[in-house]
Amino acid sequence: MEALKIHIPDNEQYRELGAYIESVRNMPGPLINVLHKAQGIFGYLPMEVQAFISRELDIPLSTVYGVVTFYNFFSMTPRGKYVINVCMGTACYVKGAGKVVDYFKDELKVGEGETTEDNLFTLTTARCFGACGLAPVLMVNEDVYGHVDRKKVTEILKKYRSLG
Amino acid sequence: MKNLEELRKLREKAQKEIQLRSKDARIKVVVGMGTSGIAAGAREVLKTFINEINQKNLTDVIVTQTGEKGMSSMEPIVEIHEEKKPVIVYGDMNPSKVKKVVEEHIVNGKAVDDYLISMEEK
Amino acid sequence: MAHRMNVLVCSGASCISNNSLKVKEALLAEIERLDLKREIKVIETGCMGPCQLGPVLLVYPDETLYKKVQVADVREIVEQHFLKGRPVERLMYKSPLTDELVHKSRDVDYFKKQYKIVLANCGSIDPESLDEYIAVGGYEALGKALTEMNPDSVLDEIKISGLRGRGGGGFPTHLKWMFTKNEKSKEKYVICNADEGDPGAFMDRSVIEGDPHTLIEGMAIAGYVVGASKGYIYVRAEYPLAIERLEKAIAQAKETGFLGENIFQTDFSFDLEVRVGAGAFVCGEETALIHSIEGKRGTPRPRPPYPSASGVWGKPTVLNNVETYANVRHIILNGGAWMAKIGTETSKGTKVFALSGTIKNTGLAEVPMGTTIRELIYDIGGGAPEGHEIKAVQLGGPSGGCVTPEYFDTPIDYESLTALGAMMGSGGVIAMDETACMVNTAKFFLDFTCFESCGKCVPCRVGLKQMYGILDKITKGEGEEEDIEALETLGKTIKATALCGLGQTAPNPVLSTIKFFRHEYEEHIFEKKCRALVCKDLISYEINKDACKACTLCAQKCPVDAIKGERGVVHEIQQEKCISCGNCYDVCPFGAVMRLSGEN
Repeated sequence: MEALKIHIPDNEQYRELGAYIESVRNMPGPLINVLHKAQGIFGYLPMEVQAFISRELDIPLSTVYGVVTFYNFFSMTPRGKYVINVCMGTACYVKGAGKVVDYFKDELKVGEGETTEDNLFTLTTARCFGACGLAPVLMVNEDVYGHVDRKKVTEILKKYRSLG
Repeated sequence: MKNLEELRKLREKAQKEIQLRSKDARIKVVVGMGTSGIAAGAREVLKTFINEINQKNLTDVIVTQTGEKGMSSMEPIVEIHEEKKPVIVYGDMNPSKVKKVVEEHIVNGKAVDDYLISMEEK
Repeated sequence: MAHRMNVLVCSGASCISNNSLKVKEALLAEIERLDLKREIKVIETGCMGPCQLGPVLLVYPDETLYKKVQVADVREIVEQHFLKGRPVERLMYKSPLTDELVHKSRDVDYFKKQYKIVLANCGSIDPESLDEYIAVGGYEALGKALTEMNPDSVLDEIKISGLRGRGGGGFPTHLKWMFTKNEKSKEKYVICNADEGDPGAFMDRSVIEGDPHTLIEGMAIAGYVVGASKGYIYVRAEYPLAIERLEKAIAQAKETGFLGENIFQTDFSFDLEVRVGAGAFVCGEETALIHSIEGKRGTPRPRPPYPSASGVWGKPTVLNNVETYANVRHIILNGGAWMAKIGTETSKGTKVFALSGTIKNTGLAEVPMGTTIRELIYDIGGGAPEGHEIKAVQLGGPSGGCVTPEYFDTPIDYESLTALGAMMGSGGVIAMDETACMVNTAKFFLDFTCFESCGKCVPCRVGLKQMYGILDKITKGEGEEEDIEALETLGKTIKATALCGLGQTAPNPVLSTIKFFRHEYEEHIFEKKCRALVCKDLISYEINKDACKACTLCAQKCPVDAIKGERGVVHEIQQEKCISCGNCYDVCPFGAVMRLSGEN
């Protein structure tokens, strides 16, 4: 680990994660649980967080990195304050989810998986939220919006911009 | 949880609340709650029914309400619906009469003639 | 204290996103204001099913079903109905057939053809109340199994019932349990696959959100049969509410002694833990799921050994999906013979389907096996919206295939659907009308499976990419004559050689659309035409001169300045500049922009 020279700061966030890792020390196969917790604390999983987890759980960093990059849910880049997640499940797709993504690209001037310059929005897509009755559907953080069209896209962005 | 016996006792207790959602109540009490009914005291009549029925633990009776019955002079009006029996209609009800109806009609199955205003064949 | 009225507020995902929780708050406030708190109880339930009517309220004992209730309607409902007994007709469900008000929820068409076993409690009890679960007979099956039956007699009932896996494969449940039971090991495990990843399927989510204890009870009974003392429920991270309700239910069950040491004062001890997935479709495959529970990359491995011999932590493991476990308590309480009477020769009991796509009534529907596709789509689903016609339904998500109207009278069971080239899958049913392009739909599914392929085996990693490339070419108008044959060859090879279920079934959407909609492929390839007007590169836009009001709106929105004209001068699209983005079509308030394909 020393050879990689990854500096791990000692701060409140790391202490919180450290305490969580202590609490699951006796649980078999805790890595994914720990990564969920870490992403909850830091918002994403930068290299130094992975190095910290590797050290604390005594799991090779390559293994941690392998798991982080395998799952879509884990991100190694910072996310905007509001993550716009457009459902691309079949029902939504049939009802025009592709267009909804285009509207956002158009309005935000970012591509899929990218974050706006002001760090307010990240645009992503997901596979089915299981709210197919409302297709096309999207989530902004935990809030779900159904029957989305161009007008609603504008309204949604306006709402979150005014929240800042 | 010791055994099935204990679970079943717990179930009986819990069933009381969920009874409303089952479709097989023995008796349905319908209180007329139109404007004139309420003005004549139908709210108190309704509340007394609920209290009495709960106290006596009658889990197969539901109390519900309906709108104006068109007999304002006889309000508060209460109907007792029972499977395969004519609908009994009581008029000019008040809390003490309710207690008697619960005791004699709902529990013992004998309509209270004094308060009766009609019997409607279904 | 019992109440005189119960108001059930649907808090399934659909209704919540339509504000049902705010409606609930408003109800509580209004009930408080009118001093009805002692008389009326408001209960949050899981999904009631008819999602397109949401937010839905169900009022007992009247059985009144209110649809699309908003906060502004609450005052009227409470004052008029709850206090004065006059149901608010404008918010009640109307039969689309007769246009008449439906006074009792049981008479709503959507519910009439359904037969609820798995979903019996969903939408009728409070999922967060153990008391309500007990009131409907909860944990009696577990008590009966532990105190009045032995593992063999429980297994016998499962066998008699004919229960088969509801996750898609349809493997007989009693065999899975028996294999695990027969393994000699001190340590065994029970796993529930709640990694419902198929786009268009949401029944497992609804069961967990609406009736979590049913799953817990089913798993505990499985534990008793196979001799396991620990279980895992693997839930996808996209279902935060399901995770929350499940955690709560497990805590309640532990506290009351339905989980933990010496349940019902017997030697049987059983504990459950929730493990949250992290967004990988392949984890729906059992060996991948087990790796993920162990905290590893979710890649599958070759079988045998099957999980029944070597599952989580290398120990014998029985693994079923949510709906399968949700059937167990009913079998124990009513006997296996009871379930064996429902359904067809080979497929017993019911199946929950998630209806979506271009269909009037979207939502969840539970029907007996043997119900025809037509009954599901038309009698329950209500068919396509006015002016549209269903040309295909996709069954079984990215692993399944499409079925065309001439086969809609096929009874739904495992064998009949597989024979059609579709599959039961997890139960997603997506209706498509003339506005869906079948080539593009196939491409959509392949895009999905390519993205979700774990990359371990070559047929899936490389082969699907090749198929996707060909489909992409066809939708861009660059298709060639031999492409259809190439797709078929590749598809059959991948099916035969891929390592796990993901790869083995991924070509199905392509193969079945070629089978039923070969003409659409041919039109794309030879006529450069997309009849559904979906494939962007095959569409051109033109302005109908008679309809154009020369408002300049389209010209303003055109990103490449391809539209000529000004106020008072009818607009025209310069085809050589146009990139077919469709902005002009979307913004034109007069419908003057026309989409054309294959007509030049």
